[in-house]
Amino acid sequence: MSATLIALAVIFTELSLIAFGGGNSVLPEMQRRVVEVQHWVTADEFSALFALAQAAPGPNMMIVPLIGWHVAGFSGLLVSSVAKFLPSSLIACFAVTLWDRFRDRPWRAVVQAGLVPVTAGLVAASAAVITVASVHSWLLAAITGVTAGLSALTRAHPLAVLGLGALAGLLFGGF
Amino acid sequence: MTMIDTDEDRTQRPGIGALFTGFLGLGLMGFGGVLPMARRMMVDDRRWLTAAEFTDLLGLCQFLPGGNIINMSVAVGMKFQGWRGALASIFGIIAAPTAIVICLGAIYDRYRQDPHVEHLFAGLAAAAAGLLVALAWKVMKPLLKKPAALVIVAALFLAIAVLRLPLLATMLVMAPISILLSWRLSR
Repeated sequence: MSATLIALAVIFTELSLIAFGGGNSVLPEMQRRVVEVQHWVTADEFSALFALAQAAPGPNMMIVPLIGWHVAGFSGLLVSSVAKFLPSSLIACFAVTLWDRFRDRPWRAVVQAGLVPVTAGLVAASAAVITVASVHSWLLAAITGVTAGLSALTRAHPLAVLGLGALAGLLFGGF
Repeated sequence: MTMIDTDEDRTQRPGIGALFTGFLGLGLMGFGGVLPMARRMMVDDRRWLTAAEFTDLLGLCQFLPGGNIINMSVAVGMKFQGWRGALASIFGIIAAPTAIVICLGAIYDRYRQDPHVEHLFAGLAAAAAGLLVALAWKVMKPLLKKPAALVIVAALFLAIAVLRLPLLATMLVMAPISILLSWRLSR
C-alpha cells in the first residue's frame, strides 16, 4: 500500500468519525488536508470537484470517491470510499440495535441539541471556505450571490440553480 | 390504536435484493437532498416503514456522524436483513452516484484546458458555493434568537474558516462545551 493510499485512508477515516451533521460540516477540514497539507489538488480544483459532486445525483458526499480517484485512480477511489463510509456505517449498525435503549433518555436530546450550533458553525465555515476558493471575479461573485439568494428565498431546484450558474459562467466568462 | 395497528400491518419486510434495488433507485433520483425522496420510497411507495418509524430512524441518523441518508440506508438494511442487508443498502445508494461522479470527473480532466469548459466549471463552482451559503443561512436561521448558540457558531467559524485549525481538535474542545451549554440551558 503506497503512502498516498495510507494518507487517503487516514484522512477519510478521521472525517468519517467526526462528520456530525453530515458531509458539509467536514468540507473545510477535507479541503485543508487535501489542498494545504497534502497538495494533491489546488484550491481551485477542489472547488471544481466539489461542484461536480454537487451536480451528480445521490448523497452529497460524492466528492470523497472523486478525490480518491483523482489522487490515486481506482485504488484511491476504493480506499477513500471504504475509509469514509465504513466507520460511520459500523457505528450506525451498532446504534440501530441499541436505539430502543437510548432513544428516550434525556441525555440523547441534550447531546443532539448541543451539536446543532456546532454543525451550523461548520456549515457556515464550509460556505466561506468554498466561496473564497471559487470566487475570483465580479462575475463569479454575482453568480454566488444570485444562486445563494435563489436557493435561500425560493423553492428553486438545486440542479436548476447549478445549471444557471454554469450557463452564466459559459456565456459571460469570456468578457 | 386501531389506526396504528393497520398501519403496521401494511408495512412489508424487504429482502436483500429489494434493499439493493430500492436504494439504487434512490441514489439515482435525489439531487442536493435525497431525504424527501427517501421518505417517499420507504414510507409511501414500498411501505418498508411507517411514517413514525421513518421519523424515529431519521432522529437516530441525525444523531450519528456521517451523512443522514447513508446512515439511514445502513440502519434500514441492518434492521431488516442484518449486516448483509446493510451492505446491500449502502452499495445500492452509492453505486450509481459514484459511477456518475467519476464520469463527470473524467470529462472535467479531459476538457478543463478548453476556455469554454473552464468558464462553465467556474460558474458551476460559484453556484455550488451559492448553494452552500443558502444552506448555511437555513441552518443558522433557527439559532438567531439564541445568543449562546450564536457564540458557539462564531467560535467554530473562527476556528475552522479563519484560523484553519484542525477539525478533530476543535471538535474535541467545542462539542463538549456546546453540549454542556445545552444541558445547563435545558434545566
